[in-house]
Amino acid sequence: MTKNANTRSSGGDVRLQGISKTYGSFTAVHPLDLTVPAGSFFALLGASGCGKTTTLRMIAGLEEPTTGTVELSGQDVTVLPPYKRQVNTVFQNYALFPHLDIYENVAFGLRRRGIKSVKKQVEEMLDLVQLGPMARRKPQQLSGGQQQRVAVARALINHPQVLLLDEPLGALDLKLRRQMQLELKRIQTEVGITFVHVTHDQEEAMTMADTVAVMNGGRVEQLGAPADLYENPATTFVANFLGTSNLIEAEVVEAGGEELLLKAAGGKLRLPAARCSASARTGEKVLAGVRPEKVALRHTDDAGSVPEGHNRLSGRIKDASFIGVSTQYVVEVPGLGELAVYEQNIERDGRLVPGAEIVLHWSPAHTFGLDATQDIQAGADLDEEAA
Amino acid sequence: MAATGTTATPSTTAARTPNKGLRWLRRNIITIAGLATLAYLVLPNVIVMVFSFNKPNGRFNYQWQRFSTDAWTDPCGVADLCGSLGLSLQIAVWATVGATVLGTMIAFALARYRFRARAGVNTLIFLPMAMPEVVMAASLATLFLNMGIQFGFWTILIAHIMFCLSFVVTAVKARVMSMDPRLEQAAQDLYASPVQTFLRVTLPIAAPGIASGALLSFALSFDDFIITNFNAGSTVTFPMFVWGSAQRGTPVQINVIGTAMFLVAVLCVVVGQLAGKRRKRS
Repeated sequence: MTKNANTRSSGGDVRLQGISKTYGSFTAVHPLDLTVPAGSFFALLGASGCGKTTTLRMIAGLEEPTTGTVELSGQDVTVLPPYKRQVNTVFQNYALFPHLDIYENVAFGLRRRGIKSVKKQVEEMLDLVQLGPMARRKPQQLSGGQQQRVAVARALINHPQVLLLDEPLGALDLKLRRQMQLELKRIQTEVGITFVHVTHDQEEAMTMADTVAVMNGGRVEQLGAPADLYENPATTFVANFLGTSNLIEAEVVEAGGEELLLKAAGGKLRLPAARCSASARTGEKVLAGVRPEKVALRHTDDAGSVPEGHNRLSGRIKDASFIGVSTQYVVEVPGLGELAVYEQNIERDGRLVPGAEIVLHWSPAHTFGLDATQDIQAGADLDEEAA
Repeated sequence: MAATGTTATPSTTAARTPNKGLRWLRRNIITIAGLATLAYLVLPNVIVMVFSFNKPNGRFNYQWQRFSTDAWTDPCGVADLCGSLGLSLQIAVWATVGATVLGTMIAFALARYRFRARAGVNTLIFLPMAMPEVVMAASLATLFLNMGIQFGFWTILIAHIMFCLSFVVTAVKARVMSMDPRLEQAAQDLYASPVQTFLRVTLPIAAPGIASGALLSFALSFDDFIITNFNAGSTVTFPMFVWGSAQRGTPVQINVIGTAMFLVAVLCVVVGQLAGKRRKRS
């Protein structure tokens, strides 16, 4: 065994090079390069079947890559079996050993490496996850949240270089999930181990991870910090899968300067050239995107008070739903279709009810541009499914 | 239905009395049914036990004469009885070991791997359970005869392993099929080599299935008569001894052995349940 006891509290980096997986004629993961920096909390985000779990299993060694290499802390481990990799996994549905009690479940990894005195470490680990009194219970006597914590403890006690988490919170109810998100984040900060977290829940990925890789159809669509992905999506899939986006088909009227001038549904829109990920020459089509919370509503009677230089569109409120912190409007814009607008409930204008004629406006700086050749709906339905 | 009708008129005392009886019956019907079933199952054993203390006049132990512990103090007093018992136990143990080992391996192969003859093996394994025993016994005897194999201990053992196999495979396969494959992956992820994974995770989880298969094998092998009778030659197992002696008379010692077997089995069940209870409590 090449296990090193001195790796305590230090994560390793993961480097995937040209890694891919095919099953017969089906390609689960297209050749993929990915680097997870040591000590980071990295999330692989995507809908089911996007290849995120396969990628994780290739890092664990439970799946053999068709091509490419896996490196852990600079060491090529592609051909090493799972039990020789200094990586541990928290499985979906936990996979706790039903014939062993909690104590023995947690001690399992230490015992397999021939460590005799496990008592102190196991007790410390059970305390870390607040399950000390449950040590002699069987897994099936514990609640879902407790089982989840056992699964984390069982993996962490080995001080792996990388901890892999496969939808670890998927089986928990919403409230417990929120609580465990914070708990996992706290543990990660405390132990400093690299976490690679697979999830289909975009909110979970954004709250917990330093870096998120959005996967779709076996490919990484975009990789970056959560805020960066949210503000500057590179594809329609990312724009729709992470939160909600209003995507407006528009034609470039004027290009060349710092701002592009677009024409959509008779109105003019401006878009910072730096925020447009597509080529945008005059006459070409682009998708102009804006997040619903960046858009403001004005009743048509007050249209004069819209700040100078803002992008503006006219429409009619089709639906309004009050959800406490905000009101979510669906606005019908002639020639464009429906746009979503989230308004914070600070000063509510009584005239903004379904049927009212309104003007939408937002700062051009909040507009992003995408390649218009993509499916404008990509990722939109998946997000609803996942939520 | 009638009961609900009478509860609707509780004012008349005349209706109350039969109502009470019916209610008592309804409340206790499950207990009564349970006790009746238990009596049905236990009564034959009780008769065997009682008659093991009999001192019959003559050779047949069918009528109660008087109490005696003669048979209990001298269980081997009848010629060949203990020899046949020893042989039966020996065959049962080896048949259990053989069938359990082979059956467990077959079960794993059938549950885990896809191979060419899989469907065929799956069907064949059920055959000994489905086929009339006497047909199997006769054809097996024909096979041994044609191959020129001497009847005796080995032919009996081979026959017993064959029919025990299907029970072990069925019991173990069900258990293996329902096992979450992620448990073994988790073990490998936690530094267990393939051998350690099998010994520490797979085997313990499959153990209840293997144990029930083994127990069934022992019981089936120990009291098998038909197949054994066809393939034993001049060898005599305990069931064959009982059958043979029943023609001439039934020694009380047979009841003693039967009672002892029954008590040992009950003891095993009780100990097993107590151990299970204690494990649950702690």
